[in-house]
Amino acid sequence: MTNQNQKSQFLLLFRHSQEGPDPTPAEMEQIMGRWMAWMKGLGAKGHFAGANRLQETGKVLRGPGGKSVTDGPFAEAKEIIGGYVMVTAANYAQAVELARGCPGLDMGTIVEVREVELLPEM
Amino acid sequence: MSLAPHSPAVVPLVDHLFRREAGRLVAILTRHFGVEHLQLAEDVVQDALVKAMETWPFTGVPRNPSAWLLQTAKNRALDQTRRDALWRGKQPELSLLVEDCLHSALTVSPPQFEDEIRDSQLRMIFVCCHPGLPAAAQVALTLKTLCGFGEREIAAAFLTSEAAMTKRLMRARQFLREQAIAVELPVAADLVPRVDRVLQAIYLLFSEGYKASQGDKLLRADLCAEAIRLAELLTMHPLGDRPESHALLALMHLNAARLPARVDDGGSLLLLAEQDRALWNQAQIKQGMRCLEASGSGAEMSRYHLEAGIAACHCLAPSFAATEWAQIVMLYDRLLGKDGSPIVALNRAVAVAQLAGPRAGLAALNGIKGRGALKNYYLYHAVAGQLELEAGDPVRATDCFRQALTRATLPAERALLEKRLAQCRG
Repeated sequence: MTNQNQKSQFLLLFRHSQEGPDPTPAEMEQIMGRWMAWMKGLGAKGHFAGANRLQETGKVLRGPGGKSVTDGPFAEAKEIIGGYVMVTAANYAQAVELARGCPGLDMGTIVEVREVELLPEM
Repeated sequence: MSLAPHSPAVVPLVDHLFRREAGRLVAILTRHFGVEHLQLAEDVVQDALVKAMETWPFTGVPRNPSAWLLQTAKNRALDQTRRDALWRGKQPELSLLVEDCLHSALTVSPPQFEDEIRDSQLRMIFVCCHPGLPAAAQVALTLKTLCGFGEREIAAAFLTSEAAMTKRLMRARQFLREQAIAVELPVAADLVPRVDRVLQAIYLLFSEGYKASQGDKLLRADLCAEAIRLAELLTMHPLGDRPESHALLALMHLNAARLPARVDDGGSLLLLAEQDRALWNQAQIKQGMRCLEASGSGAEMSRYHLEAGIAACHCLAPSFAATEWAQIVMLYDRLLGKDGSPIVALNRAVAVAQLAGPRAGLAALNGIKGRGALKNYYLYHAVAGQLELEAGDPVRATDCFRQALTRATLPAERALLEKRLAQCRG
């Protein structure tokens, strides 16, 4: 339910694979610096609405009453969700443009952009 | 939306914080775990850095990044050893050891902690430069465990493959494990040769960085900076506070100070005579002169003293023409007495030419003992060419520069030789 005047919130989900060679300390520092610069940039332009890193451990509940509880998130998945950023944007096009700046994309991270559904005013 | 819309605080990081922390943490953990668990220390430190890289952009940099990293590495070590002990029955005693020392080390307060880190790093220097290891392995291991370099970067610095470097490091760790080398400072009886070994390794590390060579310029400058940092660490401790340690430090400062002027904007090498002396780092020259002064307390003149003396002559000369060439030739003569290598003699011949003219230089060149060893060295031919040119024989000079060109591999060196060849024609 987006129009040009109303800003919506979008969730950027980062999925990354845990494979591949380890970066060196100097490379890690560089990668981290790029992530920080990107988030700072989102903040400076007024798009930043929150972010969290998720721990790699988790629980998965299934069945009525959550009868089955397993360690997760999903052990069988190659990619795990490492964190998310909430941004405000006018529309999907702008949210995607913001997501395009994510430095993780160069290193195999997949960014999923999802618009937050709001209850339309009636 | 319940999230507070604030971006994580962006704290500017110290330059090379990760590298520096990696070196500090591996040293302190290896001291606690024992050198047989060096790999464990390296692994958990790597894990802690990965975690920081993945977390800090979201949470901001913690107020005390070092403490955060150490705690994370410790937790990781505890997890890993407990899991090994529980599931595989492997080394339950290691698990206890890790647990034990982690708890004890947790209580150190910051100033003591800095002392402990310095002490741990000094011990690690002696472990890495153990006389049982080949010189190249000593330097590689030092870069890996004390300087936080990755295999890839060390391999690039030494112009070898990453796989070969990984293997070299593995063999070095295996040697330390099998010989049960203790993470401790050498005893008095053993002190002088052990310190000498460390100085040699640091000298090699510096030379590797200082070499006007291909590859990443920044990486090379980092090697020089690390060599200086390690030498400083050594001189700060009573054990390493020896005249030759200060002399080595002096020679590194006095050479590194001139690095910014060594290539032109296009990346071509410049000869000393062509360099813009205004680009020399005067603060570092002062630092080097202070170290040289501090190195004068002993009776013995080490090769580091002599090389630092030569570098000082260059640094203090207001111009190329006004350089104290007589003093430099005298220092080279003494250096030749200690180290009769043809390379030293080649450098001496260059100084002789400046003092007494190109023909004298050529005579010195022809008089080098073991000159045969230099025939495959591009610089020998390049020097001969330069002296022939100055002596007014462009034909012979051309021949020499061509000889040099067939042996020079690096683009910057080749560019310089092409420039000289053009001068011969023109």
